[in-house]
Amino acid sequence: MTPQSTAAAGPKRLSVAILALGGQGGGVLADWVQTVARAHGWTAQGTSVPGVAQRTGSTVYYVEMVQQGERAQAGDPDEPPVMALMPVPGDVDVVVASELMEAGRAVLRGFSSADRTTLIGSTHRIYAIGEKSGMGDARGSAERILEAAAQRSRRFIGFDMEAVTERAGSVISAIMFGALAGSGALPFGRGSFEDAIRGSGIAVESNLRGFDEGFRAAQQELSLPEEPQSDFPAPTSETGRRLTARIQGSLPEPAHEAALHGVQRLMDYQGAAYAEAYLGRLLSIAALDAPPYTLTAEAARHLALWMSYEDTIRVADLKVRETRMDRVRGEVRAEDDQLLKVTEYMHPRLREVCETLPAGMGRAILGSRALTRLLDPLFRKGRHVETTSLRWYAMLFILSRMRPLRPRSLRYAEEQARIDAWLDEVRETALRDRVLATEIVRCQRLIKGYGDTFERGLRNFAAVMQGLRTPPPGRAPAAWAAELREAALADEDGEALKERLLAA
Amino acid sequence: MAERSFKKEVEKLKLGAGERFEGEGILAVTKALLQSGVAYVGGYQGSPISHLMDVFADANDLLAGLDVHFEASASEATAAAMLAASVNYPLRGAVAWKSVVGTNVASDALSNIASGGVRGGALVIVGEDYGEGSSIMQERTHAFAMKSQMWLLDPRPNLPSIVDMVERGFQLSEASNTPVMLELRVRSCHLTGEFTAKDNIRPEFTVSDAAANPQRDTDRIVLPPANFLHEVEKVERRWPAAIEFIRENRLNEWFGPQGGDDRGTEGDGAIGIIVQGGLYNNLNRALELIGLSDSFGNSRIPIYCLNVTYPLIPDEVRDFCLGKKAVLVLEEGQPEFIEHELNTLMRRSDIQTRIVGKDPMPRAGEYTAQVIRDGLGSFLRDWAPDIAPQQPRSDPLPAEAAAQIPGRPAGFCTGCPERPIFTAMKLVERELGPSHVSADIGCHLFSILPPFNIGNTTMGYGLGAAGASAFKPKDKRAIAIMGDGGFWHNGLTSGIGNAVFNKDDTVTLIVDNGYSAATGGQDILSSRAENKARTTQHPIERAVRGVGGKWVRSVNRTYDVARMRDTLREALTTPEKGPKVIVASSECMLNRQRREKPLKKKALKDGKRVVRERFGVDPDTCTGDHSCIRLSGCPSLSIRPNPDPLRQDPVAHVDNSCVGCGLCGEVSHAAVLCPSFYKAQLVSNPGRWERLVHKVRQAVISMLQGWDGRARAARAF
Repeated sequence: MTPQSTAAAGPKRLSVAILALGGQGGGVLADWVQTVARAHGWTAQGTSVPGVAQRTGSTVYYVEMVQQGERAQAGDPDEPPVMALMPVPGDVDVVVASELMEAGRAVLRGFSSADRTTLIGSTHRIYAIGEKSGMGDARGSAERILEAAAQRSRRFIGFDMEAVTERAGSVISAIMFGALAGSGALPFGRGSFEDAIRGSGIAVESNLRGFDEGFRAAQQELSLPEEPQSDFPAPTSETGRRLTARIQGSLPEPAHEAALHGVQRLMDYQGAAYAEAYLGRLLSIAALDAPPYTLTAEAARHLALWMSYEDTIRVADLKVRETRMDRVRGEVRAEDDQLLKVTEYMHPRLREVCETLPAGMGRAILGSRALTRLLDPLFRKGRHVETTSLRWYAMLFILSRMRPLRPRSLRYAEEQARIDAWLDEVRETALRDRVLATEIVRCQRLIKGYGDTFERGLRNFAAVMQGLRTPPPGRAPAAWAAELREAALADEDGEALKERLLAA
Repeated sequence: MAERSFKKEVEKLKLGAGERFEGEGILAVTKALLQSGVAYVGGYQGSPISHLMDVFADANDLLAGLDVHFEASASEATAAAMLAASVNYPLRGAVAWKSVVGTNVASDALSNIASGGVRGGALVIVGEDYGEGSSIMQERTHAFAMKSQMWLLDPRPNLPSIVDMVERGFQLSEASNTPVMLELRVRSCHLTGEFTAKDNIRPEFTVSDAAANPQRDTDRIVLPPANFLHEVEKVERRWPAAIEFIRENRLNEWFGPQGGDDRGTEGDGAIGIIVQGGLYNNLNRALELIGLSDSFGNSRIPIYCLNVTYPLIPDEVRDFCLGKKAVLVLEEGQPEFIEHELNTLMRRSDIQTRIVGKDPMPRAGEYTAQVIRDGLGSFLRDWAPDIAPQQPRSDPLPAEAAAQIPGRPAGFCTGCPERPIFTAMKLVERELGPSHVSADIGCHLFSILPPFNIGNTTMGYGLGAAGASAFKPKDKRAIAIMGDGGFWHNGLTSGIGNAVFNKDDTVTLIVDNGYSAATGGQDILSSRAENKARTTQHPIERAVRGVGGKWVRSVNRTYDVARMRDTLREALTTPEKGPKVIVASSECMLNRQRREKPLKKKALKDGKRVVRERFGVDPDTCTGDHSCIRLSGCPSLSIRPNPDPLRQDPVAHVDNSCVGCGLCGEVSHAAVLCPSFYKAQLVSNPGRWERLVHKVRQAVISMLQGWDGRARAARAF
């Protein structure tokens, strides 16, 4: 169906729907499009519902353009063609979406149709609050949206507009405008698009730069945002090579990658002996495993994470590294001639301080009411730690050098005991139900964070471990364990988990 | 200072006869008012008519030159009462607000003005906030027009029609001595288009002329016996006069074939459509998609377009319906007042035409072209099967794909000073358990949405405290929220005064961001900024104490989460009785950025020392629990894939839109979250001493890092 077929005798009409988030310049883009159309003698109308302009809201801007026939030119200019105020499903020629899920929304609302619509969408994500605030991973699946976008458009032009915006030092509306011009979906030459930018007189240079990037990106194949790639860790030291050989010789192949990462991480975290201990623990599980060795592969990941628990030494260690400062400079886009001050927000409570002390001493303080009462006020306030100052850097540096003392610390004793109890449970379960044992391994995911978050994680972990022993009648124990784990990640107050456990 | 400057738009108001005006619908109305010789304008801002208010506020010189009085009214009731100027004097006046909420607020004055009637043309411009993008309850202004006997205009949504209807509205008002409402739907207010301008007209009689020559006519005052006379006058004189004017001047329109065997089919199969003017474009598009019209509105089915939706013109209706088997009425919202009246008219005239409305058409929801197409299709299949379209086949996106698309509820802007207030409330909630929270209207209402999920009810603008007044606590106090805009709109009396008088034991949190922020950042009484045209800087705390508030605390930096939390905790637990009022003040970040950004840019350009702050997250210490996000919801605080190959949950991430408000750091302290947040201060053009200190520090730190690096290499994998 072509645009004209519904009103065969009528003038040519084109419609453009723009789906953007508040603050992305969708209105500016809509104005530019109208300017181009009017410059070619078309009648153009734009509508929108700006109302709630806050950044998180999604907004539809709609532009209609009608090529005036002889009749209108001869007639009254105040008798314009009758234009619609909102895109009608099945009647949209071009959709421009500033974000992947907004492209998805255009498809969902039927604005993009397979026989007609040129769908221009960014492939990057701006996560919605529901996706961001999940306690685990609540992100929507990009694959399904990309698939739907390709199926339900005549042509799908997709690229990471945010990355292009960055590269061009421009704004996303200019990129979208460039892509619209570059798509060739509108019968207007590139020059008139650029004239519209010039005519608006604001940030002309950077907008034109963005326009050009967008124009060219529209000629390319579909491209997705770059994801962080983790290389298969390659050993650089003698110890590294020895441990690699041991992994390759004694662990099943599916566990190799995670085990290599694990060993690398634990050597950095504590040292070779600690990494050896990790492998020893892992081997005891591998011995009970069979193809496809999911249990071992998962254990390799989760054991490494648990063994590299975040104590004060670890945090200090991560903060003082040279690579970290470089990363911060990059992240905040510090220019070479700018000075950078970095302040950390730390709040070591008495508990964390005692955990770093030798186990006996830490226990003694935490066990004594008088001492806790005396010392607690000293550690109640958060500290603004300016890592770029000498005093604070030195303090963190000294803390990070306490690594050799770690095995004697209270926290070490506590964590190793927890890990051993967990692994005992895993091994014991693996003898009769490997799938369930794998689920128990995965429960490590519940323990994360610091302070209250960490304690909540421990509580949830204990509740899940307790609950999975008694699956409701007819439920597979492994599925039950997975369900409990998901419930523990459903809300902060543990309501969903409590409900699930009570219902069982 | 409003959200943006409207200097460019003000220029459009100056266009003279024959020049082309190009711009938004609501701006066209603004121009049309000046072309109609309006003597005074007032109103209360709100979507979708804010621009009208903002443009007038920026057009001081132009208005002064034309002797037009403009006022940013304290509330819609104030605006409506202002129309009193047209009662005794030949002054054309217009007021504007968001409807139906604004009309609710204005209704007392509206009833009075409608009862006594007017001498000069009085126009009420209502932005009908209905359908997609609306932020209020879905009701019809139509009901108000009917019950007060005010005429309701609903012009076709294109600029020439809208502009024409403004002028006709004044004439109609004068011809019938009745105030007239002009209803514009959200999208009509924001649609862009063109029309040929006319010269602005200086009012022949001005507001100062009126003040200088006071006139009195007790028959115009609503007091017995005049009020009974008004009722009779409405029915016997003003109504017929209006009908006469509307008919004479053909305010309603007809499209498509008119006459006996219209719509191209023979005799008794004739059908027609009666449509509200504002829906005409959508109707035509629906017809076009079915193949029954074209881009220029050449419909094959006769259409009677009601640019005046109240009152109906019985003769016109009768003539249109006569000889037709069925007529479809397109009337958005419910109850279907027009449909009811059409049926009454049919019965009275004993015409057998079937009026079809809310049967094929849905009872609720916006009448988009799509909705009309579906309803029209069903109507045609029943009454004109020969031209009816096929039942459309639907092919929705499969559920698994649809489920991936997240909702995007509105939220606080980046750096919003209201966010930390709700973070503090969340923290107190963890300690003391949840309280009943009576929310108000304004940006702060976003607290009811994720991630805060705070707020149990909202009863209307400025009514937060009043909404909590029934909760007389034994040990748990209810919390009321109120914005500074709502406070001055009516909250001071309806909320604070009421709570003092009735000895309420509630906590009221007044969110003072310095502007009427949700409607576009207009100044209000307590705004901190200097405003040449108005007086500002009247502190809220003083007003609260002035009506007898005793326990009043001001927090002057809302970003101080710990202080906010402690103050709130104190308010909830103090043994003191009576209302507890907390005024939490920090400037709206949107407005602040708008003011400061250009200044910083200039300072940078001039080579001055400039510090930019922003936050960041270390991905290697972030464990992906997202507690920080649940306590903030800032758009610049997001997530990204975990760079750690072993971890799977995404890590928190601060993007470059961060304005460094400081909340992230305060939260991680106050809630004891995690050590991953850092604040980065980027110093451009640092001084010489500063540079030297930095160099020395850097040298020592580099040395230590080198040492650390070597040690690390020694135990490297």
